[in-house]
Amino acid sequence: MADAFSEPTAPIPVALPRKRRGDWTNALFVLPYLIVFVAMIAVPLGWGMWLSTTKSDLFGTEGFVGLANFTRLLGDPIFLETVWNTFYFVLLTVPALAVIGLALALVLNREARWAAVLRTIFFASTVLSVTVVTLVWRLVFLPDSGLLSVVTRALGGTPVAFLNSETLAMPAIAITTIWWCIGLPMVLFLAALQQVPRSLYEAAALDHASRWRTLTRITLPAIRRTFALVLIIEVILQFQLFGQPQLMTLGGPNNATRPIVLFIYETGWRQWELGYASAAAQMLFAMILIAAMAQYWLSSRKEAR
Amino acid sequence: MSSVALDRVSKQYGATTVIDGLSLAIDAGEFVVFLGPSGCGKSTLLRMIAGLESVDGGEVRIGERRVDHLPPGERGVAMVFQNYALYPHMSVRENMAFGLKNARIPADEIDRRIAAAAESLEIAPLLDRKSTQLSGGQQQRVAIARAIVKEPELFLLDEPLSNLDAALRMRTRLEIAQLHQRLGTTMIFVTHDQVEAMTLADRIVVLKGGQIEQVGTPMDIYLTPRTEFVATFVGSPKINLLPVTVSATDGVARAQLANGTEIDTAVPAEGLPAGMMTLGLRPECVRPAPLDSAALHAKVQVVERLGERTLLHVALDDGTLLVAEDAGLSSIRTGDRIGLRIAPERAHLFDADGIGHQPARRG
Repeated sequence: MADAFSEPTAPIPVALPRKRRGDWTNALFVLPYLIVFVAMIAVPLGWGMWLSTTKSDLFGTEGFVGLANFTRLLGDPIFLETVWNTFYFVLLTVPALAVIGLALALVLNREARWAAVLRTIFFASTVLSVTVVTLVWRLVFLPDSGLLSVVTRALGGTPVAFLNSETLAMPAIAITTIWWCIGLPMVLFLAALQQVPRSLYEAAALDHASRWRTLTRITLPAIRRTFALVLIIEVILQFQLFGQPQLMTLGGPNNATRPIVLFIYETGWRQWELGYASAAAQMLFAMILIAAMAQYWLSSRKEAR
Repeated sequence: MSSVALDRVSKQYGATTVIDGLSLAIDAGEFVVFLGPSGCGKSTLLRMIAGLESVDGGEVRIGERRVDHLPPGERGVAMVFQNYALYPHMSVRENMAFGLKNARIPADEIDRRIAAAAESLEIAPLLDRKSTQLSGGQQQRVAIARAIVKEPELFLLDEPLSNLDAALRMRTRLEIAQLHQRLGTTMIFVTHDQVEAMTLADRIVVLKGGQIEQVGTPMDIYLTPRTEFVATFVGSPKINLLPVTVSATDGVARAQLANGTEIDTAVPAEGLPAGMMTLGLRPECVRPAPLDSAALHAKVQVVERLGERTLLHVALDDGTLLVAEDAGLSSIRTGDRIGLRIAPERAHLFDADGIGHQPARRG
């Protein structure tokens, strides 16, 4: 036995350096992704930050201007209005997406065939492109022959031109967006609900808990992480509003639906002010980051308590 | 405390009948254990009493009330789940108070009950901890405490010890027995562990395939198993089952083993089917004996020393395997050739349908 053991112990000093070399060669496995990450995210991010401190157009950079682009942005009434519009849109959509998504998940979290069919139908809108979605909803909102106009007229009312109204255009875009995006929160909530052990509901039933008490004291606390996740994902997504106003209202009427991304797009690619557009993009990046971090901090603090 | 009456209750899942017209009466204050293998319907039956499963046929009564149409919360029962089912985001105190608040019990009464239960189960220092911060044993106590504070008419316990380690399981088993003595409440306990059933129960209900095989006190079940299934399921190690040919001698059955050895049992011969039957011998009825005076000879294959007794896994000369029992300080070793002495007065006979024929009781 001793001989059998002595043989493999001999090459150990040789094996050690090989192991050390393996430490960095392991990193090769992440290299393909790392290259894409650096090339497509890190470099453009850094480049964008640098651009935001320059006066640049599509033909090149004229020079370093420090924070001038940012101070100009803070005094630009159109930019400030787009900031307000974006916040307003996030406020209209994110809570609604979370609450409606949860409500749908609660109703459809059962094994019945009708529930499976409805789950598919509600999720189906998510796979449509923004072009199709906005086309469908423009047909709904059209002032003369749109679905809403027809219904309103049939009920004896006067049709409202939603997309031409400064006060109603953004809510109309919000409704379109909620219809389009409701699938993801619903599916996330469904997944979370299915993770709640059935025995907790049985214990609650034996504890004489009403449906409301069961929802508020058992279900919601059990899926609070998913709730936070949905809020963070939706805040990040909805801050980037672009396609819907671009295709439905072109930012109008009177800038009422112009969001930050549309401002960035028009400043950069219509007015060719790349430096200025980059500064606006950095502001949006900061807003999303702060909002997401705030959500994360709030939810993790609540959990720790 | 209340009595429980099940009258021809049945339960189907699709085309499969899980509980088949089962009737059972449980007295007030009784500790009844539902015992059976996986899939026998014991947990389903408990959940039907709790209201967590619907009753497809028959009636369930708790006390004088028919409850099978009532929701679980209105049946006056408390249940301890196998995985405890404590609300993970609530403290121990909140877990215990949840049901009481739902029942609109005054706050000072809730505090009094929680304090009393916490003291009796020694969980007072844990009251403000989250249930997820507790060990398995502590969670188990909290689950029991949550049931106690409801002061139910009936306790239902669904394999509450199966997630505990061996030492804790034994200790908690004892505590549940003491709890029953102290509270005097009717308890129904589900388990597949016959040791739990034997040690805890006033009466055991042995279930198989959704039907009752036998109801009786632990010693009734052990000493006079109604069927071969009950005899096999209760008792550790398992009862020895040997094919025998039976004939009547002096009014009792004489069983002849395959090797020709004859055993005069105490089973009355009257009513026994003639011919082949199965002889049931508990290991403690098969003892080692000197080779020259014993009718049966065997070779010891495995010796299990349990301390207070020794189990001998032996093979008879014709290859039949048996488990015999010897004293704790047995000197018998693996490979030894030994004689076996059989205590015939406790031998059982089972017919081809598995129905047991018991030895006549003495004294």
